[in-house]
Amino acid sequence: MGYHSEKLINELNEKAQQFRLDVLEMIHERGAGHPGGSLSAVEIITALFFHHLKIDANHPDWPERDRFILSKGHASPLLYSALARRGYFPVEELHTWGHLGSRLQGHPDRLKTPGVEMTTGVLGHGICIGAGLCLAARLKDFNYHTYVLLGDGECQCGVIWEGLMIAAKYRLSKLTAIVDYNDVQLDGPVHEIMPLEPFAEKWRSFNFAVLEIDGHNIRQVLDALDMAKEIHGQPTVIIAHTTKGKGVSFMENKAEWHGLAPNDVQYIQAVNELKGEMR
Amino acid sequence: MIKKVSIRKAFGEALADYGAINFNIVVVVADVSASVQTEYFAERFPERFFNVGIAEQGMVDTGVGLALGGMIPFVNTFAGLMLRAVEQIRTCVAYAKTNVKIIGGYAGLSDYKDGATHYSIMDIAIMRAMPEMVVMVPADANEAKKMVPLVAEYDGPVYLRISRAETPLVFNDDHKVKIGKGIIIREGKDVTLIGNGVMVFRCLEAAKLLAEEGIGARVINMHTIKPLDISLVKQAADDTEAIITAEEHSIIGGLGSAVAEVLGKYHPVPLEQVGIADSFVETALDPESLLDHYGMAIEDIIKAAHRTIIRKREKFEKLLKK
Repeated sequence: MGYHSEKLINELNEKAQQFRLDVLEMIHERGAGHPGGSLSAVEIITALFFHHLKIDANHPDWPERDRFILSKGHASPLLYSALARRGYFPVEELHTWGHLGSRLQGHPDRLKTPGVEMTTGVLGHGICIGAGLCLAARLKDFNYHTYVLLGDGECQCGVIWEGLMIAAKYRLSKLTAIVDYNDVQLDGPVHEIMPLEPFAEKWRSFNFAVLEIDGHNIRQVLDALDMAKEIHGQPTVIIAHTTKGKGVSFMENKAEWHGLAPNDVQYIQAVNELKGEMR
Repeated sequence: MIKKVSIRKAFGEALADYGAINFNIVVVVADVSASVQTEYFAERFPERFFNVGIAEQGMVDTGVGLALGGMIPFVNTFAGLMLRAVEQIRTCVAYAKTNVKIIGGYAGLSDYKDGATHYSIMDIAIMRAMPEMVVMVPADANEAKKMVPLVAEYDGPVYLRISRAETPLVFNDDHKVKIGKGIIIREGKDVTLIGNGVMVFRCLEAAKLLAEEGIGARVINMHTIKPLDISLVKQAADDTEAIITAEEHSIIGGLGSAVAEVLGKYHPVPLEQVGIADSFVETALDPESLLDHYGMAIEDIIKAAHRTIIRKREKFEKLLKK
């Protein structure tokens, strides 16, 4: 486990707020997108892309790079913003998101966007794909880790649990799943639509090591990512408890902000709230 | 008695042999390696063989991950059960253009003992509708063997349909096959029979009987349904002005439909589709009687040839009267 300095935590928290502004700007400008589940995953993505992942924007195809799969592909603006600010493509290109001819599709497309490891958008694919990557790494003698970010609602898909069995059978300790557990999905609260609890026990009984954290606490995210790397003989899941729409008061915990763009007034209010917090 | 050879065994052995020279080949299977006969590969390369249990969706997605990691996965289950993973195939294989080889075993009606739950009569229609997907059906054991390295070395998604049946050999050991290039295996000027899979042999038999009546039937082995050999279809339409398609598949969306799309655009000539009518199919004691009973008998091809030739004549007579 690494020690993470106050300075690093502060820097990452500032970056996180920048991502929130990026996401809102992108969704407002495009008039479409998924703010709720993008804002809930901000700290997780920040910790991964600005500290934890071994990646090189100048060499997106570096064979030894860590792999990150955004299984909850609707958080695409957050991924695009992270990739742009990490140097994979110009930040100005974020304005083209969703336009005809843009490299930035509504949902991530691995063939179009540098740094996107896998095309996603339909939920449920990430664990099995991550397991396959880990098996390939083992056969090819690569040392990289594979990270899969899942939504909580996504864990209602049966194929996720097929993936858990596969990852556990082959003892894929270089696979780390992260669940953005914000407890809200398109139609309402996850615990009402289709309850997941006892969630951690489910993962444990599928032979995953389970870490539970506050997904908005950068230090906890960093520590959990480090700890997951030290667990051997089994894959790990980090269950990150989060708030859907985190940082914008009127979006928080509201299912209607799953896939809705703010209007001009709402956008200004959201930006003011976030900037107030930044000061 | 004509000697019959198992298509699936030839495929399984060829895959194991090819695995010995290409170390990137991996197999992911959903509990049917003994059936689809990827077990030969498993015996020789256990470290490159992954059995994920009865989890077809997980199987395809695991294959996708292996492909992203630089391997060449052959994911395999029964063609009829592969339908469970159609969304995985669309999103993660076809759209994401990952180098995954999808092997649909026990294809068509060849699992004659198990019935409609296990048959695949719409797999070609579904796979063919997917952009980026190559769709192939070998006619016999030798062609299946030749397709293994071909499919493995092609960079991109492929659907390969493998019958459970033992069938008469159409081709010998030096048979050559290329993706997207149909093969004329018998010449004729009156009608063209375009078949694939186990129907190729039946087309040849029909052509022999037609020859006895004085009708010259060209026979084409259209082993690749996508990309379809359009110029070969156009040429057949120009040369013979009457076309029969023959496939062990629903007449909706398969080879017959693919040929009809070409004819409709370039040269509409009388066309008849031999295949399964829009219906589910029952069990039987052997695969041949199923084919015979459900409209794919040699006699069905001959009758279809007669009908198209009559339609062709009527067309010319009308033109002459004008």
